[in-house]
Amino acid sequence: MSLHGLVQIALFFGAVFATTKPLGAYMARVFAREATFAGRVLGPLERLVYRAARIDHRAEMTWKTYALAALTFNLVGIVALYTLQRMQGILPGNPQAMGAVPPDLAWNTAISFVTNTDWQAYSGEATMSYFVQAAGLTVQNFVSAATGIAAAIALIRSFSRRNSQSIGNFWFDLVRATLFVLLPLACVVALVLASQGVVQTWDPYVTIPLVESTKDASGNTVAHQILALGPAASQIAIKHLGTNGGGFFNANSAHPFENPTPLSNFVEMWAIFAIPSALCFAFGKMVGDARQGWAVLAAMTVLFVPMIALCTLSEQAGNPALRNLPVDDVQSLLSAGGNMEGKEVRFGISASALFATVTTAASCGAVNAMHDSLTPLGGLVPMGLMQLGEVVFGGVGSGLYGILVFAIIAVFVGGLMVGRTPEYLGKKIESFEMKMASLVILIPASVVLVGTAVAVVTAAGQKGIANPGAHGFSEVLYAFSSAANNNGSAFAGLSVNSVFYNIATGLAMLIGRFGVMVPVLAIAGSLAKKKLVPPSLGTLPTHTLLFVTMLVGVIVLVGALTFIPALALGPIVEQIASSKS
Amino acid sequence: MDPIPSPPTTQQPQRARSMLAQLAHAAGILFILTLLTGVAYPLAITGIVRVTFPSASRGSLVVEGNKAIASRLIGQSFEDPKYFWGRLSATTPAPYNAQNSAGSNLGPTNPDLRKNAEARIAALRASDPDNHAAVPVDLVTASASGLDPHISPAAAEYQIARVARMRGLSPERVRELVRAHTEGRGFGVLGEARVNVVLLNLALDGMK
Repeated sequence: MSLHGLVQIALFFGAVFATTKPLGAYMARVFAREATFAGRVLGPLERLVYRAARIDHRAEMTWKTYALAALTFNLVGIVALYTLQRMQGILPGNPQAMGAVPPDLAWNTAISFVTNTDWQAYSGEATMSYFVQAAGLTVQNFVSAATGIAAAIALIRSFSRRNSQSIGNFWFDLVRATLFVLLPLACVVALVLASQGVVQTWDPYVTIPLVESTKDASGNTVAHQILALGPAASQIAIKHLGTNGGGFFNANSAHPFENPTPLSNFVEMWAIFAIPSALCFAFGKMVGDARQGWAVLAAMTVLFVPMIALCTLSEQAGNPALRNLPVDDVQSLLSAGGNMEGKEVRFGISASALFATVTTAASCGAVNAMHDSLTPLGGLVPMGLMQLGEVVFGGVGSGLYGILVFAIIAVFVGGLMVGRTPEYLGKKIESFEMKMASLVILIPASVVLVGTAVAVVTAAGQKGIANPGAHGFSEVLYAFSSAANNNGSAFAGLSVNSVFYNIATGLAMLIGRFGVMVPVLAIAGSLAKKKLVPPSLGTLPTHTLLFVTMLVGVIVLVGALTFIPALALGPIVEQIASSKS
Repeated sequence: MDPIPSPPTTQQPQRARSMLAQLAHAAGILFILTLLTGVAYPLAITGIVRVTFPSASRGSLVVEGNKAIASRLIGQSFEDPKYFWGRLSATTPAPYNAQNSAGSNLGPTNPDLRKNAEARIAALRASDPDNHAAVPVDLVTASASGLDPHISPAAAEYQIARVARMRGLSPERVRELVRAHTEGRGFGVLGEARVNVVLLNLALDGMK
């Protein structure tokens, strides 16, 4: 790994950890209804929202009411986003006169953005009007992230409450996450991105004359270039902060109008990890022991480091298929070298590998390089990170509640070893919590494996595959890993805009999102009812190196046992074949 | 076992409301948040950047007279030996189609990836038969967006002799121009050094 690559990674983590504590402490105050500066400024707006929607934001909810509110809100979101896409042709803000989005694609996209997946079976600049991108997709970028934060906050609350029937108010958590956390950050990030060249305009696409004319596939001369524009910066900011990942343009953060400079790239990567890491601190703060939050964050970081190393080294090593051609892929002062297929020169190897690792460690799914063209082991990294369940930082909210479920499993395993009833943060972990935790692990994993199996044995599934051999299998495995874990990135050679994939990945996203969130809320409801057990000599402390090691071990073990057979058929066999050639 | 009975709960949970009431709340909240985050927020950002970053927020266009002649950020296709060539572009139907950005998505073991590289090498060698240097990898691979405006300094250096010869310029003169269109890493560490092919070729055409 090059020196500047290492410095870049160090700077990245420096920036993320620098904001972890202040942002986390702020979020803890926001959700505990304590006074904040933002509260003074945005308070009137917040009260207006509650009054207009006739909501009593102080009414406490049982976990079932909380879950019902979340599900209803997301259902309404799906219907609204579907309707907007279908009516696109007659709505304003459509200078390129885009027609209605076809029903299966609109259904898939609506689910995709509501579930915080942002899987895209469409090309943004060729399919979506400015209005639908702003009033439909951007909105779900905010509120799907806020839904994840709300569920995480509800789970955190359940640890600090005792003998309580309720876990908070969903509407309060949702509105606060949107207005007090996401919106102010998005404003700042959008302005920084626009300063770098991310477009933000409602003007129609611009036509310019080419310096040298070229030919299209049928041999016709092309003398002009039409530059797709749009209100991108406002959407890109929340696309990253909310770990959504749905690009304004088809090439996502590889597009020069979506990610024009190494600095914009750095800011976009920071924005992906900012809230997931800050939520760890907020968790520690809200349960009254900051060390608990740091321990979780440490486990995430420990899981991340070998992945970024493997991805960078593998991409820098280059593609053996070009080895005996007169091609220079050696890194030097004048060239990044390495595997440059599907990468942009301004990012080179280091900033592309870091982005690919960050975007899949978190359930963001934005890409600044085409993952389909990564080397076999370089592509194993993003796939593996998704399959671990999106808990290495993970999605905003969903990453934290995901890893807390793993923490519950870790204390359970610890309890089995010494023969005591396990407890976490003073709450006894009993059979109900373990049943729900098992569902959280099993549901996305089985969706990935069953979905992949169905796709590779049916003609409709095989038809989408673009690359021959083991890599074609990887494309399908990647697609279902991404959908079921709500990441949204793709091995994009796979043609997913077909009725089969639109329906299959749509179902995978729905089950992967709510099949996890509802059991998590059930755990919250159960924990809130319990009393606090004072720690005793037999209690496994959950802020120590030992526990971090156990937590990492449980995550790796569960992921490896579930997915190594499937990975062996894809990236691993491709790596063996590729290094032999 | 805890001998002390649990204290009575102090919080009165809301009874599960009817689905209809939840629907009304959900629709109301979504409508208001749409106005705030889907209308007011993008419009406010647009209003601000129109003033603060008028060029960057509208495509970083190069304007000559009254007309836009290029974008600093979007690459173009070059095949004439008198120009510097950029990355391969996999956009359809024509390369560098800025209405449909895309990468090749060719997997590392896909034979087409090697075929495309071979074809590019052959084209580069045909236009510059005396150059036997190995071709920098960014010149034989497709970019992620299909719109990459940049090449590595190594890829520019590889082409300097050819461009200079085709234009009857001294290599030093061309190299100077390349240097003027080279950007270093962000703050010395972020990303990679790069040469903007579009701006460089426009500058070459503008030389008298």
